[in-house]
Amino acid sequence: MTDIIELKRIATQVRRDIIRMVGGASSGHPGGSLGCADVMTALYFGHMDLDPEHFDRKGRNEDMFFLSNGHISPVWYSVLARRGYFPVKELGTFRRLGSRLQGHPSVHDKLPGIRQASGSLGQGLSVGIGAAIAKKMDGCDKLVYTLHGDGELQEGQIWEAVMFAGAKHVDNLIAIVDVNNLQIDGTTDKVCSLGDLEKKFEAFMWKTVTMDGNDMQSVVDGLRKAKAETGQSRPVVILMKTHMGFGVDFMQDDNKWHGTAPNEEQVAKALSQLEETLGDY
Amino acid sequence: MKEYQLLGKKDTRSGFGAGLLEAGRRNKNVVALCADLIGSVKMDSFYKEFPDRTIQCGIAEADMIGIAAGLALSGKVAFAGSFAAFSTGRVYDQIRQAVAYSDTNVKIAGSHAGVTLGEDGATHQILEDIGLMKMLPNMVVLNPCDYNQTKAATIAAAEYMGPVYIRFGRPSVPVFIPEDMPFEIGKALLLSEGKDVSLVATGHLVWEALEAARLLEKEGISAEVIDIHTIKPLDGEAILRSARKTGCVVGCEEHQFNGGLNESIAQLLVRNEPVPMEFIGVDDEFGQSGKPDELMVRYNLKAENIAAAAKKAISRKK
Repeated sequence: MTDIIELKRIATQVRRDIIRMVGGASSGHPGGSLGCADVMTALYFGHMDLDPEHFDRKGRNEDMFFLSNGHISPVWYSVLARRGYFPVKELGTFRRLGSRLQGHPSVHDKLPGIRQASGSLGQGLSVGIGAAIAKKMDGCDKLVYTLHGDGELQEGQIWEAVMFAGAKHVDNLIAIVDVNNLQIDGTTDKVCSLGDLEKKFEAFMWKTVTMDGNDMQSVVDGLRKAKAETGQSRPVVILMKTHMGFGVDFMQDDNKWHGTAPNEEQVAKALSQLEETLGDY
Repeated sequence: MKEYQLLGKKDTRSGFGAGLLEAGRRNKNVVALCADLIGSVKMDSFYKEFPDRTIQCGIAEADMIGIAAGLALSGKVAFAGSFAAFSTGRVYDQIRQAVAYSDTNVKIAGSHAGVTLGEDGATHQILEDIGLMKMLPNMVVLNPCDYNQTKAATIAAAEYMGPVYIRFGRPSVPVFIPEDMPFEIGKALLLSEGKDVSLVATGHLVWEALEAARLLEKEGISAEVIDIHTIKPLDGEAILRSARKTGCVVGCEEHQFNGGLNESIAQLLVRNEPVPMEFIGVDDEFGQSGKPDELMVRYNLKAENIAAAAKKAISRKK
């Protein structure tokens, strides 16, 4: 297990990558990417049981991860590259013609680390459930992780999947919800309130775990706690409180940065707040 | 003309059920998903033999498609079935992203397709599914014509690596394809040779086209009958070969003109061999309640309609 200080150093570099990728492409989604940099770092650098050198879409004998809110692809691409799934320099091709790093994740060009396309919201939980069932059928004791935006929970398919996983005891699945209370048109409360998510998931027969998604110690502890809750006939959800845009002061808690790219000046200002710990691509 | 023997009457959905069971016996990775219609879609024999490989999703088709994709990317051959209206149109975005674009080995099964679903009416009688599915890159579209062919098509779909849509129907219809007839995806069957007109048909309309050929023969007209069980990839070579020989074509299907087999044939002919063509199908309207046979008559899908269209196509030859 990578220690907390090292995880924080990696997450800082991941945040730099996000800013540089989105800035370089003049498009993309920095807000949610920055908010999820800590959990993605913790998942890929220690928590999940992975085999980056021999990526296999089928994910046999390893943990599997599905990004349901595909628009935060920058954080995923950065973490995958930093973990060794593909060359770090490829991050510079993000959103460019012919790139394997599509605006939203794609399996079309077989980018190592990606098992399923996402972008149209609300689908990743169902896909994760399918992968989790396959693991059970095959007698594999590894886990399936999914990540969702909180706004994404407004999609009906999510609740079909939540109902199914609870009813069918899919207990080798950990869904993480990025609760930053923001979406494109405003706060989630204003757009269409999610209500009490903890109670909702519990009513659907899930085990809920909460954590502070922008405190690395809390993230590491929360992931461990969630993992300890698996295998007990209930799916597990982590309600992860985060700040959209975390790590860059002028982006934090402002939904304008959901899908807006920083200009050159803003990129420079943002990078000045994020130490280059692992070397830029 | 070659006579096709009526071997009895059976529903094509039972052919799917038999094919699924056989595919499941041949490959332990074959799994089945359904949304509260296991009996109607004829997945019950598979369910009985392989309960641990059958996933009852409840009335949640979108979730079913996603689960199927997750199973498939993990190495399973996932058949996800419902009424065609609900396994295609209702979940189009899920199929587009999680199946076609993600190139997952999912087989979408659409039962009760077309007006021959009967009394339930237009909400359930999808006539747009072939178009919806054939427009998706990566998607193979199968529309077999009888029990035996549906069984063979289902086994072939299981053996094919990649997304497949397989369409079939509810009512009992003639069985006429021999049980041992090989099925090759993308390879049309020339059922009856002729020289005056090509009847290019799919699904339930193949039998009607054979009947039409018999009617035409009585009037001294020689009709060629081609069974297009695979709408995509279309066996363009077989259709063009026939069109060059006969000089005119009638497309026959239980589907909208827009998006259907007729449209695919027309595109092929316009680009390669522009001969007169007539369409048999549904022309931009919804279905309605009624008995399957009554609806076939109401929507001009019978052998008599095909024969009339054939004569019109012949009259348009230069």
